[in-house]
Amino acid sequence: MQAFRSLTAVAAPIDLPNVDTDRIIPARFLRNAQDTPGYDRFFFHDVRFDAAGSERAEFVLNQAPYRAAQILVTAENFGCGSSREAAVWAHMAHGIRCVIGPSFGDIFFNNAAKNGLLAVVLPAATSAAIRAQLHARPGASLSVDLESQQVTDADGRAHRFEIDGFKKQALLTGQDEIGLTFGYEELIADFERRQREEMPWLALGRPQS
Amino acid sequence: MFEKIWARHVVAEGPGGHVLLYIDRHLLHEGTTAAFGRLARSGRRVRRPDLSFATADHYLLTSPGSPTSDAETRGMVEALGRHTAEQRILYFGVGDERRGIVHVIGPEQGLTVPGITLVCGDSHTATHGAFGALAFGIGSSEVEHVLATQSLWQKKPATMRISVDGRLGPGVNAKDVILAIIARIGAGGGVRHAIEYAGSTIRAMSMDERMTVCNMSIEAGARAGMVAPDETTYAYLDGRPFAPSGVMWEKALAYWKRLPSDADAVFDREVTLRASDIAPTVTWGTSPQDALPITAAVPDPARESDAGRRASLERALRYMGLAPNVPLTSVKIDRVFIGSCTNSRLEDLRAAARIARGRRAVVPAWVVPGSGLVKRAAEREGLDRVFTEAGFEWREAGCSMCVGMNGETAKEGERVASTSNRNFEGRQGKGARTHLLSPAMAAAAAVTGALTDVRTL
Repeated sequence: MQAFRSLTAVAAPIDLPNVDTDRIIPARFLRNAQDTPGYDRFFFHDVRFDAAGSERAEFVLNQAPYRAAQILVTAENFGCGSSREAAVWAHMAHGIRCVIGPSFGDIFFNNAAKNGLLAVVLPAATSAAIRAQLHARPGASLSVDLESQQVTDADGRAHRFEIDGFKKQALLTGQDEIGLTFGYEELIADFERRQREEMPWLALGRPQS
Repeated sequence: MFEKIWARHVVAEGPGGHVLLYIDRHLLHEGTTAAFGRLARSGRRVRRPDLSFATADHYLLTSPGSPTSDAETRGMVEALGRHTAEQRILYFGVGDERRGIVHVIGPEQGLTVPGITLVCGDSHTATHGAFGALAFGIGSSEVEHVLATQSLWQKKPATMRISVDGRLGPGVNAKDVILAIIARIGAGGGVRHAIEYAGSTIRAMSMDERMTVCNMSIEAGARAGMVAPDETTYAYLDGRPFAPSGVMWEKALAYWKRLPSDADAVFDREVTLRASDIAPTVTWGTSPQDALPITAAVPDPARESDAGRRASLERALRYMGLAPNVPLTSVKIDRVFIGSCTNSRLEDLRAAARIARGRRAVVPAWVVPGSGLVKRAAEREGLDRVFTEAGFEWREAGCSMCVGMNGETAKEGERVASTSNRNFEGRQGKGARTHLLSPAMAAAAAVTGALTDVRTL
């Protein structure tokens, strides 16, 4: 997994609340592997492109100042809906490394951390104020520093954010989580022994079809 | 109840409030095969193939007869068959009558039982919470992690109890209850929470109905939703192929009976609804929270004072092609879809058939049973004939038009009355317009060609 330490980059505002993962990547693209050439095209495909495949001028990421955006500043419940991890892969394919907003869909939030996409939770009023800055000054940059847990907005004001130590460590080091868990092998085996004794009904006989 | 199950599955405490949580059951479908590929490339094996179960539901076509599909889809389904065979995972594949929607067959086979942790690479996994299990959807990386370690690093969610009390009125059922709940707490209302549904209305529900309620927890933002097990739960499970039997059943039952929340259990948030306030409900917009009684009218953005909410309302109405203040019952429908992990079980099909019987569909209407076994049970009762005589199309089991991954979608601009769970933009096809409702309401829309109050038929 790609590590995330800090980033200073152009940010784009996404004002709609409840942006779902179907919108981020429509279902018909999910059969494509993550390394498919042109994966970036799937990102927000149906709001980014018209039926002829041309860019829709009204979509924020199609507007010149926001094209280089590596940060999105969103509204409530961004990434809600389907568990598709492809929604995170599409962000990464488009070069987005950080999403900032008041709340995120739980599954999207977890998927993000496992792919080096930093999801930062800031209060609704702060997120809205930063979006307003980005509308007022298209192409403005934000800075995000994971170590110090700080976002510096377009006015140079710093906002501290909370992130749990587990996700922070994983993102900073880009660790292989499965490798980490293998270090708990003995504890898992102990648990399974206990489970067999205390809940023997969970052990399944094989198909009695 | 949530706390009891959580505490019982903690393998180890980790940093940042995360715990390593043991997973008792892992369900797989053909959309999660990428995780097998990554696992193989890193030279890792499936730790507990005996606790993993697979089926094909998302991509297979549901056209009547044999589920034929394009070469690419066949490749995906065959890959799942190959991976599961290599790893010795039980697979309900093409040609197996037990094949069906993953959230229908888990309970049907007795794989889902109270007190367990259950995960699946699908956001509607909360369905299994209807049995008093902690069940939640996960992403592809987490699927790979569970395959390799049978565990997951998780942060404990907050708890929310939603109590619904009283008797539901005629024509009102589980789908209306969950749509009313989502409208009440909002699409983000349950974020970072595990929900327990309680109260006399939920208690009186069958397992099929409880599954409908739990299924849509994610539409309120909650990964997990659950109902405490009771006699209804035990009666459903008794005799299922993979449910415990004999001495094991007695042992399990003694444990299950200790699961319900204690009388003095404290929840981080409490919400209460009265059953008598809930009417047959339908969505008008592009979020499941956009739900109203069928007797209401399309909302008017002009009456919205918050600029952000007004803009999002206007956008939803534009996408849906609806004018403000129009009565919902005047909205004409182009197609009907009865199916999905929300509403494709036998009781759902019976409810739709009661309305379809002796009437005639005036728009294309599909009925897609949740599993091969649901299909057979329905045919034994003659429901297939009721539907086909009423001009509905009786199809093979699968996810079908709920997610449209298999190409079964509505055309641009088409308006669908659907018993599925999401009315997002483009969910049922690019430009397709979805109205979520119950199976009875969907059948009513099919025979009238408009959104209809089922109580007036």
